[in-house]
Amino acid sequence: MAETNEHGHKWTMIVDLDKCNGCNACVVACHAENNVPIASEEEVIRGRGNHWIRIERYWEGEYPDVQARFIPVFCQQCGSAPCEPVCPTYASYHSTEQNLNVQVYNRCVGTRYCGNNCPYKVRFFNWWTPEWDSPLNEQLNPDVTVRSAGVMEKCTFCIQRIRRAENDATADGRELRDGDVQPACAQACPSRALVFGDLYDPESQVSERLPAERQFKLLENLGTEPAVYYLKGEDTHVGE
Amino acid sequence: MLESRAEVRPYWEKPIPEDEEHAHQLEHFREEDLLLDAIPPSESSAIILNSMKSTGLGFWMAAGFTGALVALLMGTWGLQIFSGLGITGLNRSVMWGPYIANLVFFIGIGHAGTFISAALRLMHMDFRRPISRAAETVTLFGLAAAGLFPLIHVGRVWKIFYMFPIPDERRLWPNFRSPLLWDATAITTYILGSTLFMYAGLLPDLAMARDHTTGWRHQLYKALALGWRGSLGEWLRLEKLANILSYVIIPVMFSVHTIVAYDFAMAVQPGWHSTIFGPFFIAGALFSGVAAVIMVLIILRKTMRLGYFLREQHFNSLGIFLMLLSIIWGYFYFNEWIVTWYGNLSAEQAILNMLTGQLSPLFYLMLVCNVAIPLGGLWSRRVRTSMPAMFVICLAVQIGMYLERILIVPGFLSRNELPFNWVNYTPHLPEILITLGTFGLLSFLYILWTRIIPIVPLWEVHEGQAFQSTRRVGRGLFTTHTDMH
Ligand code: SF4
Ligand code: SF4
Repeated sequence: MAETNEHGHKWTMIVDLDKCNGCNACVVACHAENNVPIASEEEVIRGRGNHWIRIERYWEGEYPDVQARFIPVFCQQCGSAPCEPVCPTYASYHSTEQNLNVQVYNRCVGTRYCGNNCPYKVRFFNWWTPEWDSPLNEQLNPDVTVRSAGVMEKCTFCIQRIRRAENDATADGRELRDGDVQPACAQACPSRALVFGDLYDPESQVSERLPAERQFKLLENLGTEPAVYYLKGEDTHVGE
Repeated sequence: MLESRAEVRPYWEKPIPEDEEHAHQLEHFREEDLLLDAIPPSESSAIILNSMKSTGLGFWMAAGFTGALVALLMGTWGLQIFSGLGITGLNRSVMWGPYIANLVFFIGIGHAGTFISAALRLMHMDFRRPISRAAETVTLFGLAAAGLFPLIHVGRVWKIFYMFPIPDERRLWPNFRSPLLWDATAITTYILGSTLFMYAGLLPDLAMARDHTTGWRHQLYKALALGWRGSLGEWLRLEKLANILSYVIIPVMFSVHTIVAYDFAMAVQPGWHSTIFGPFFIAGALFSGVAAVIMVLIILRKTMRLGYFLREQHFNSLGIFLMLLSIIWGYFYFNEWIVTWYGNLSAEQAILNMLTGQLSPLFYLMLVCNVAIPLGGLWSRRVRTSMPAMFVICLAVQIGMYLERILIVPGFLSRNELPFNWVNYTPHLPEILITLGTFGLLSFLYILWTRIIPIVPLWEVHEGQAFQSTRRVGRGLFTTHTDMH
């Protein structure tokens, strides 16, 4: 389902719910890659858990016929993003070239309007100045800003990796190839539930797999035009 | 020539009818109606000037207590800036809490001042004459208190100037698509407009105070009165300015709370995204605003001995108005929820379920405070003219309207589209202290203000008295009104 392409990219993620087993490897990888602050147990109980990608677990049915459903949820990089127009300072804005929703940390004053208006609730506020317990504080990713207290943050599709791949390609004098860019979550997923690529590139994996019979978008009825495609899972009976 | 001039009596010397029955009726009228009960201007000025100088123990205690609350507000805010918004009870779903509810609430109580002095002025409602300035003062300080909350609420207040349209070398402008910017624009316009409106109306009274005081007060009023002498030309110009400003400020007032409502209505958050929010918020704003004005008037009348100016008739009229607003508010609320309930969309249903479940104590308390108590009491004239009863009813309205804002802001936010993100909210101590401190700030400024500025617009009262009279028709005595225009 490659879309026409003049210039730029349409970065897209496919999440195959049939393959996700809820192992949370993607969550850990994301924390490591993006310097995502780690909320204490107490903070998580207060509803301040901070994960750019999270695994929403839903139970279906009554015991003993129970099904667990795992849905990895992260910023859907909406084509028509509700978080953008409400930001008074353009800290949340749209990169037309990358077709991504971008968060400019040092422009953010922290009104948190974007967070209210994101129906997926994937935007996180830094309630405190982030701290990492030793030795985690020694392994922050130098390619990614450490955000201060008082600003919003969220999944970027690992834009630092996209940028690096683009620069490498330009240095080599070639076009970006499918597979050059892998966000940390997709790279870490052991069951290959997450597939990432450029929908403008007709050869890419995402273009080849879409449209799929099982595809749907999360809260599509709201008209946010997400760039994340979910593939419906078959029944996976726990305990069978 | 001289003789005919002598026949013109000053307006405060109304002839006493010879007929005993009529004299009795007139006596009754004078008791009821301030505008018929004219006394020499020097005496009424003296009442006001004395009340401004009355700084007894009660005054200092009130000022000290509210001043301590202001210190609490500033201290807690300082702590919050230093340690981060983590000290509040907000969480990743409920990103707006009491700070935004306070913003809406304090802007709301600022609506009554403009309505009472501008709209009632244009409608020639004479009962507003002695109360308009007290109401405008509620507006002024309500807006000042509300203006703090965008600052208290944001994560990085030291970067707040990113929201102002300041030219910079990167040509970065604030985002005028954001309702927050519309909000900032509307509120700034409203503050400027209502301050100007208030100041214009203050000039003759400042001049009066200037002419009757000595020392620092004299110097202050001399500077503030801008050389007002009371010539015919000045009066005509003041009249014209007040009329123009009244027409200008009313649409601004309506726009302000509509836009505050847009902060919510423009969002995709279930429960917020509602077309009725603009008028609904205006009704609520006037409702809590009028109740606030009544409470202030009761306190002023009692503590500053303004019984001559603030009479039962004023509380009666305001009480009827408050009852009307309670009905309007209830009508909007019913509309809002019956449509949502019937529509039966899952996310909105989750909010409705919460109202009758987890939040039901607040929800029912709100309905009791906003509908049952006002409608149950205000239909009776006895209640409307009894100060303690009115005070209790107005206090109930304040509580009810505050709860309404709390339900809408952190209440609704705790339910959203994906049930995984449902998080309940409980306020933490800093939010409570800051909220209390803001009520303290409003009262503190108000208390100081009443000792510096004539809180009753004397010239408006005098003007009204000059144009109000009685006339005999047959056996009865009736009040008549000469329209100045
Ligand atoms: S998912 Fe939320 S944060 Fe991401 S673009 Fe859409 S509205 Fe914005
Ligand atoms: S790493 Fe893959 S399988 Fe594991 S939770 Fe994430 S998406 Fe699911």
